[in-house]
Amino acid sequence: MARETYINAALTLALVLVPLWAWSTGQAYILTLCTKVAILALAGVGLNIALGLGGLVSFGHAAFFGIGGYAMGILASHAQIMDPIAEWPFLIEGTKSMPVIWLVAMLASAFAALLIGALSLRTSGVYFIMITLAFGQMLYYFTIGWPAYGGEDGLSIYVRNSFPGLNTLVPAQFLILAYVILGLALLFSARLARAPFGLALTAARQNADRVETVGITPFKLRLVAFVISGAITGLAGALFADLNRFISPTMFSWHTSGEIMIFVILGGVGRLYGPVAGAALFILLEHLLGGISDYWLIYVGALLLGVVLFARGGLIGTLAGREVAHG
Amino acid sequence: MTLLSVDNLQVQYGASQALFGVGFDVAEGEVVALMGRNGMGKTTTIHAICRMVPAIGGRIVFDGHDLLALPSFRASRLGLGLVPEGRRCFAPLTVHENLMASARPGHWDFDRICTLFPRLGERRDQKAASLSGGEQQMLAIARALMTNPRLLLLDEATEGLAPVVRQEIWAAIAVLKRDSGLAIVVVDKALKELNKIADRAVIIERGQTVWAGQSADLTADLADRYLGV
Repeated sequence: MARETYINAALTLALVLVPLWAWSTGQAYILTLCTKVAILALAGVGLNIALGLGGLVSFGHAAFFGIGGYAMGILASHAQIMDPIAEWPFLIEGTKSMPVIWLVAMLASAFAALLIGALSLRTSGVYFIMITLAFGQMLYYFTIGWPAYGGEDGLSIYVRNSFPGLNTLVPAQFLILAYVILGLALLFSARLARAPFGLALTAARQNADRVETVGITPFKLRLVAFVISGAITGLAGALFADLNRFISPTMFSWHTSGEIMIFVILGGVGRLYGPVAGAALFILLEHLLGGISDYWLIYVGALLLGVVLFARGGLIGTLAGREVAHG
Repeated sequence: MTLLSVDNLQVQYGASQALFGVGFDVAEGEVVALMGRNGMGKTTTIHAICRMVPAIGGRIVFDGHDLLALPSFRASRLGLGLVPEGRRCFAPLTVHENLMASARPGHWDFDRICTLFPRLGERRDQKAASLSGGEQQMLAIARALMTNPRLLLLDEATEGLAPVVRQEIWAAIAVLKRDSGLAIVVVDKALKELNKIADRAVIIERGQTVWAGQSADLTADLADRYLGV
């Protein structure tokens, strides 16, 4: 068995054992941190499909994260005040149901990814980076000037949304939900990478012209990957908004895009568990270094620099070696 | 019946014209050798057929379709299978993954490929980057076959390979000719093998077709004039 499989298994075990320890010792804060890791890792899993498999350096994934968050915020806030979102041409009411919110968040993010991808994927390299960044920033400034949903101040949702059979206000139960979704996303991501679609995407990343000569259109491949990637990141945004019970334009900002990319790079671009390792390390550093200094991100920056210069495979790649690298 | 018809093909790279009028036909099940010295336009002709370089004039008709009106991927889907010069396998993928990435339904599947090239079956889970040159060439041919083409374009199929591996490749091409009924256009410098396997030969000189005929009619004098160094 490949070394990376053992590392992934160890990481999974740690993700199970840490919350079990926190639950048994009554440390709800640690449970919330683990939930945050799972949700941010989910956003990274989304980006990793575009970046790791497709080689698409999107610096605008905050757009999808924010759309997912605002989908949750809009639906939940209207349900909260029992005021319909729209009455014409047909009645659209808010909802507190998580499955419905997730579905709307994924559909809205996928649609946005389709539009953004259809335009930005006609370019490549630095132009692709700048266009995706521009779309994210457009939405950021739009939400700042959108007073109906809090404008610059953001919007609070007082009660966490519901999931059938669970009390989502109990940290352990919300954590389980986030873990299950992350697990499903990882499973999907692994299957996708090994499916003909994922293989063709990897091949197109290496040589797009050569892929065309075997009858495959790189543009369509990349667009589909970008849409899937956006939908997963949008789902993470909805969960993140539910975790904090708060949405704000910050979800759309380039800082958020950068953070999601940092999770993927720190963990290992193209590695299945790369985003999980990256998000866990980032949150751990935020928790540990944040207590020592307000400027903890400087240390994260130095670490990122080290990874990019000396450990191109990220945390997973450094530990596993090059044997099963996708990236 | 003519499968591919190339007529007065002209190609230009920037300000420099590479092809001034290449023309030849390929019939169903026929093997045609495209010959010429280095830099005469053989690879450019193959690339133009596969729509990898734009043509500025002429016609390419494949199975009744005007290829010059189609993008590269559509040309491939009509049934063109390219084995490019320098192999260019997808290095991060394994042998099996390389083949699955390009697979289209039809006669050729992984099991049949392993019958033609048993070594690829043995190297199933090995990354393409770690294969020998000969194995990469087999993989490149197999990848083109997995698209289930009607016309296989082999560009410098045995270039840079050890003599024993070259013989394996020629043997596989002979099997393809005998058993699959595939039309093949082959570019290579090995005159002896080309004469054995090709039904017809086309010689390109300075971007123009200067001779086309039965392989058996390719005299030593012609070979000396157009192919000698």
